[in-house]
Amino acid sequence: MRGLISSSSKSKSSKSLLSYSIAIQFPPLHSPSDSSQSSVKNLYSSSCFRNSTSTEPLSRNRNGFFSSGYSRNPAKIADFGGNGCGFWRAQGLVAGARSFSGEPVSRESLNYDVVIVGAGPAGLSAAIRLKQLCREKDVDLSVCVVEKGAEVGAHILSGNVFEPRALNELLPNWKQEEAPIHVPVSSDKFWLLSKTRAFPCPSPFNNRGNYVISLSQLVRWLGLKAEELGVEIYPGFAASEILYDTTDKVIGIATNDMGVAKDGSKKDNFQPGVELKGRVTLFAEGCRGSLSEEVIRKFNLREQGQGQHQTYALGIKEVWEVSADKHQAGSVLHTLGWPLDSRTYGGSFLYHMKDRQVAVGFVVALNYHNPFLNPYEEFQRFKHHPAISPLLEGGTVLEYGARTLNEGGYQSIPYPVFPGGAIIGCSAGFLNVPKIKGSHTAMKSGMLAAESVFRTLHEGSPLEAFWDSLKSSWIWKELHSARNYRPAFEYGFFPGLALSALEHYILKGRSPWTLKHGRPDHEATAEAQLFRPIDYPKPDGVISFDVPTSLYRFSLSFRSNTNHDHDQPAHLRLRDPKIPELVNVPVYAGPESRYCPARVYEYVADESGHLKLQINAQNCLHCKACDIKDPKQNIKWTVPEGGGGPAYTIM
Amino acid sequence: MRTTTSAASRETASMRIMVAIKRVIDYAVKIRVKPDKSGVETSNVKMSMNPFCEIALEEALRIKESGRASEVVAVSVGPAQCVDTLRTGLAMGADRAIHVEFPGTLYPLSIAKILKALVDAEKPGLLLLGKQAIDDDCNQTGQMIAGLLKWPQGTFASKVVLDEENKVATVDREVDGGLETLCLDLPAVITTDLRLNQPRYASLPNIMKAKSKVIKKLTPQDLNIEIRSDLEVVQVTDPPKRKAGVILSSVDELIDKLKNEARVL
Repeated sequence: MRGLISSSSKSKSSKSLLSYSIAIQFPPLHSPSDSSQSSVKNLYSSSCFRNSTSTEPLSRNRNGFFSSGYSRNPAKIADFGGNGCGFWRAQGLVAGARSFSGEPVSRESLNYDVVIVGAGPAGLSAAIRLKQLCREKDVDLSVCVVEKGAEVGAHILSGNVFEPRALNELLPNWKQEEAPIHVPVSSDKFWLLSKTRAFPCPSPFNNRGNYVISLSQLVRWLGLKAEELGVEIYPGFAASEILYDTTDKVIGIATNDMGVAKDGSKKDNFQPGVELKGRVTLFAEGCRGSLSEEVIRKFNLREQGQGQHQTYALGIKEVWEVSADKHQAGSVLHTLGWPLDSRTYGGSFLYHMKDRQVAVGFVVALNYHNPFLNPYEEFQRFKHHPAISPLLEGGTVLEYGARTLNEGGYQSIPYPVFPGGAIIGCSAGFLNVPKIKGSHTAMKSGMLAAESVFRTLHEGSPLEAFWDSLKSSWIWKELHSARNYRPAFEYGFFPGLALSALEHYILKGRSPWTLKHGRPDHEATAEAQLFRPIDYPKPDGVISFDVPTSLYRFSLSFRSNTNHDHDQPAHLRLRDPKIPELVNVPVYAGPESRYCPARVYEYVADESGHLKLQINAQNCLHCKACDIKDPKQNIKWTVPEGGGGPAYTIM
Repeated sequence: MRTTTSAASRETASMRIMVAIKRVIDYAVKIRVKPDKSGVETSNVKMSMNPFCEIALEEALRIKESGRASEVVAVSVGPAQCVDTLRTGLAMGADRAIHVEFPGTLYPLSIAKILKALVDAEKPGLLLLGKQAIDDDCNQTGQMIAGLLKWPQGTFASKVVLDEENKVATVDREVDGGLETLCLDLPAVITTDLRLNQPRYASLPNIMKAKSKVIKKLTPQDLNIEIRSDLEVVQVTDPPKRKAGVILSSVDELIDKLKNEARVL
């Protein structure tokens, strides 16, 4: 800690009284006995200190850093700055929070016909469709949806230009029922950016009939519709464990124990998790869902499906309120090019919603090579482009957040059915990459799953019929014709553009070949010695911000007064606690300290100058980038206590 | 007034606790002022039970679980969505809930009058409230209702001990000078402060059971209360942005600034 303070005093600003990393510790390292309430207030007021960026600890010793001179004495990883010192001793994969409470606690068990994990577009569409079928056939099935966010919609983040195709099928009267879909797309622009200029290009999209919405709001409305139909939705409960019977069939899930302290002991308000058993279990956790990944691995669903691994991108988004004269409801803009280089796939989006609100975001494909790339910083400097910043000047940021998304498309769809249930939505991966839309396909996959599940429970037909119904639906046709755009960029930026133009204008999706993806994202990170650290501009506090400001003012829901949610075991687990010091830092310069949009991972120098990984788990936005991008796949994202994490309302 | 032991234990064993709870903007939300400055933006904003009301409800539940009370009734006054907050209260363990529906703005005195009518009907032995609501920070309702009922009050409670035999509540209050201990004859009004307890999580099975519990609905007219207020909110604005601090080089400069710029000397 002290080492870090001395390094930041290099900066000229006299305001750098507090080290950057002190500003976001919760509770602060320097006074571990502080009562949480007063320290929370201090941290809130100090969160606006902006000084060193996360590259500073590493750049302190730029020359000698990647030399063989690092000490092979990693004995002291033990103390992760006060976060969960006890649990890393658990060997291998830690399946869920069961291990924390020590002795096994007897859990209550509740039975449903269908248990759905995740109240997002796919999960709620499946629930609604199930209840609709029940009404049609005069049958009753109990449907339970568990959601880890504090309320429905709290963990939903998306651009979003919404194609109402699936919603028209599910709830055709959505307009009369006052769905929050009000702004039709009015203009569709596509720019290629250089550092100073914007070159308009023909828009590859056809957004006629689509709407600019907040998916978080739409999902909240879907939740109301589901409850009206009798679906039981329980927000604030995180499904952390999959339940199997003796034949290895999935029989349901169990929620987290709540009220477990950081060291694993039970607090006063300890509440054991609850088992929710379903005749069918549907996983609708969104991209890289933690339980979905477990099921995919266990039942080898990738190999049985379309065969390729999944590839991902990280999207970082802000919702701004801009001045009325700059706002044009329905205006849609996408950009490619600057600030990303030609080896990195990604771009920006800028959508005008209603009430002077503008959604602006930046997406970076996670198969980037340069370990010094910081997607958050790329987003911040993008906003300063002369074609973009005038819009944001004079505006205020309302919300900030980040989430990973699937880019694998058709080639990466896993076989979605396993004994006891199925995977739907982005947990499987139905996003149409060239269209950058996945909400409509996620919803449709939920609806198709509901129809299969209904037939399984009501007539006994096999659940495997879900796969066939997917393959004969418009999801399949759409994803099939979109399958070659993204993989074309494996050949480079301009070849990718050329191939995409060929696909779009000439072949129109009827190409006879299917391109493959490159290496998995985590293997794509090259060694740090091949690159130089990127010198990102400092945020100006008006258009660009540092991570603490974004987090603390615009996104996270902290419960520090009554429920003390920060006092829980860190939900980010290291399979091998020595790897960060042995591999991530010397070989890759600690990329997790850069790609995490919530500054969860920080390397802090201890008294002897060794860099130790500090995990600020309470900052986590549940984006899953670390689970995807960690070079050795050493970081496992597991679900924290329900009710924490971001509190998105208009994202 | 001390009654005989047997009558007292019979009465206390059937003592009812009433807890008043308020639905407010969730404390973690960053609030924004509406562009027309008429108030704070509440649409698309997460609402939840006032944290101090949670503490009050938790205390009531603990008293019931220790056998000193037989029933906990949660009450709330406000628009239709208050039902959600009452359901959370039922899920935490309250036995019954009463919702007095009123969609407009409510001030502490109106709430106190409504609560008085409910107290007269339900006859609880103890009325618990949070010390203040985090949206208006009024810190008045508890005190006002104690005045209307002419009941003793123990506000800012950080510890509550009930002596059911003698029908006395011993309350430690957090006051500016430290802690003050009061003995209150029951029935009494107690408002709760932060360090009284840590509220429990509502468990999933309890949330499920609470969905089917009945919430009694009333309106102010049912209670013969007319809601009127002598207060009118004229404008709500953001506080002025804090200016950067200035580092001064001498005491003389400080005095000069205090005299001429801040004009406090």
